[in-house]
Amino acid sequence: MKFKKLESYSTQPYEEFATSGHRACQGCAEILALRLALKVFGKDTVIAMATGCMEIISTPLPTTSWKLPWIHVAFENAAAVASGIEAGIRILTDKNKIYKKDIRVLAIAGDGGTSDIGLQALSGALERGCKFTYICVDNEAYMNTGIQRSSSTPYGAMTTTSPPGKKSIGQATWKKNMPKIVAAHNVPYVATACPSYPFDLLQKAQKARLADGPSYLHILSVCPTGWRIPSHEAIRYGKLAVQTGMFPLYEVENGKYNITYRPEPFKPVTDYLKGQGRFRHLSDEDFKKIQDHADAEWADLSYLAADRKMT
Amino acid sequence: MIEKKGIEVSIAASEAAKLARVEVIAAYPITPQTHIVEHLAEIVANGELDAVYLNVESEHSALSACCGSSAAGARTFTSTSAQGMELMHEILFIASGLRLPIVMAAVNRALSSPLSIWGDHSDVMAARDTGWIMLFCENGQEVVDSIIMAFKIAEDRRVLLPVMVNLDGFSLSHVIEPIEFPEQSAVDAFLPSYNPVYTLHPDKPVTMGAYAMPELYTEAKYAQEMAIINSKAVVAEVFEDFGKRFGRNYNIIETYNIDEADSVLIALGSINENIKTAIDELKAEGKEMGLVQLRLFRPFPSEELFAALKDKKRIAVVERAMPGGSINGPLYNEISSLLYSHGMKAQLENYITGLGGRDVLIDDIKWLYDKTTSSSARGVTPPGKNYTVIGVRA
Repeated sequence: MKFKKLESYSTQPYEEFATSGHRACQGCAEILALRLALKVFGKDTVIAMATGCMEIISTPLPTTSWKLPWIHVAFENAAAVASGIEAGIRILTDKNKIYKKDIRVLAIAGDGGTSDIGLQALSGALERGCKFTYICVDNEAYMNTGIQRSSSTPYGAMTTTSPPGKKSIGQATWKKNMPKIVAAHNVPYVATACPSYPFDLLQKAQKARLADGPSYLHILSVCPTGWRIPSHEAIRYGKLAVQTGMFPLYEVENGKYNITYRPEPFKPVTDYLKGQGRFRHLSDEDFKKIQDHADAEWADLSYLAADRKMT
Repeated sequence: MIEKKGIEVSIAASEAAKLARVEVIAAYPITPQTHIVEHLAEIVANGELDAVYLNVESEHSALSACCGSSAAGARTFTSTSAQGMELMHEILFIASGLRLPIVMAAVNRALSSPLSIWGDHSDVMAARDTGWIMLFCENGQEVVDSIIMAFKIAEDRRVLLPVMVNLDGFSLSHVIEPIEFPEQSAVDAFLPSYNPVYTLHPDKPVTMGAYAMPELYTEAKYAQEMAIINSKAVVAEVFEDFGKRFGRNYNIIETYNIDEADSVLIALGSINENIKTAIDELKAEGKEMGLVQLRLFRPFPSEELFAALKDKKRIAVVERAMPGGSINGPLYNEISSLLYSHGMKAQLENYITGLGGRDVLIDDIKWLYDKTTSSSARGVTPPGKNYTVIGVRA
């Protein structure tokens, strides 16, 4: 499979595989992210999707939004189902029961179905070297069931199961670093992306598609409904997440870290956090804590991405 | 003349899967199923079986991967026991709901807690309403034949449902028995390549596993229920076809000494071998006891059971799972429902034995023939309950 270099709007793939008529919330950046990624993956793709926003908005029996072969089994097993599909296609091809075709299996799950309940299945599929791509569409909570927290929910965020109160700051733990966990499995390609930077996302989708082994895309999916922002602001907040360093855009190719967007200058995290209803209970002290943490994370990432010669 | 081979039943089960030319195996080891998956791994590794063996990281992922591979159109096999079956429990319903013809060798084992690696039927009973077709095997030959037949049943376009082949942990899985293996060419003639109706392939995209609003869910489940009820006819056809080709004739239910006896036992699995021995010994003493064994447990063979039991005076259901607070054990509850719905008047008794690998003694079965309703040293009837647990130690 060969890809054209993506330079402008006119060179992005034309065909749509996620069709309109779905029931996503107004302003949802998650379906946008998937729509873009699928344009790259193209027709020769089989999708295993976990229970979640994307699955529910798209497949109320007897209708479907997907113009690709698609299966939903359960919440925590997208990677395991994908692993089985890949094995099935492989053996059927080996036995000449289906003709040889470069088909990519794609597992898609939210942050819940990835970093929490789906972590085991993902780790297993990665460890087995399954030749598939896993896309985590991260809206930072179990949004489909009504905004409950996940391990991907950022520190201090209000969710219904991490509500702020006299005895609680909201989410009391820091966002689990899923790309790092995936990279620790020594897979060919890992990347973070955000649809607010569509060409960066499309290019990374290309690399993920071409990986000779497992690949992983972690896509920040701004959720106006769950983050309590106006529904037309998803793109702007996605940009702020990146420009404040809260969601760095980078890739890990065969263990080598490469930052694909360096904010210059960095915007303060408050630019990103203060407009979101889910953070409105936070104090200046809390914001400082978050700023310090983001700075430290960025420093770690810079260190990993720096050119270093081993002596 | 095909020779019989002395072979451990677990290994024989894997050889049956090999004869069935399974294409994807996704399974996680658990005692007492381990020899099945180990042998399958071996024959895939040495090229004897042209299949993909997925070293999944849990039983939940095992059955999930099976759903993926079966949906992609590959003939798919797995195996598990007890805790493993419980871990994959939600996927059992999904596999049948998605109409995927996966075959599982279920090596029946007691459920924790307390932890037990030994055999009983608590695992399969906990899964009995998951929409899987279920066969029970008495001996190793039946295990081999049932696994081969299971694929033919499952993949039949009138069925398209997963099939569970049940064999007792240790007492059947780990014994060495003389087994006749059919020739590969004969199996190929009986069981052609899997030809799916729909697969996950880019040339013809389909959506599998949509969600159903209240307006549609009932109808979807009704259609599925009709599918499993109607599958019994296909099971009977496959049994007949197998009998013609391989000379071993299987029936939906098997009966033993049923014409002579007014007292009949009902049981599942390898315990039936002990029961038949007890029946023979009783016969020598001038006592007639009969046996009805359910080869097919799901769909529940009401017509066949009614025909066999309708004139019987006394029926004793012998089973290997505790009621868990129910009025009776699971098999009894279904037989009782059968009797009531068909206006049958037999005296119905419930015996629970062989839990957690405890041996079922021939003497205990013979004791059932003479048993009165009062408790004795052989069995304990819990106060207010109408079942007896055999052999409870005081």
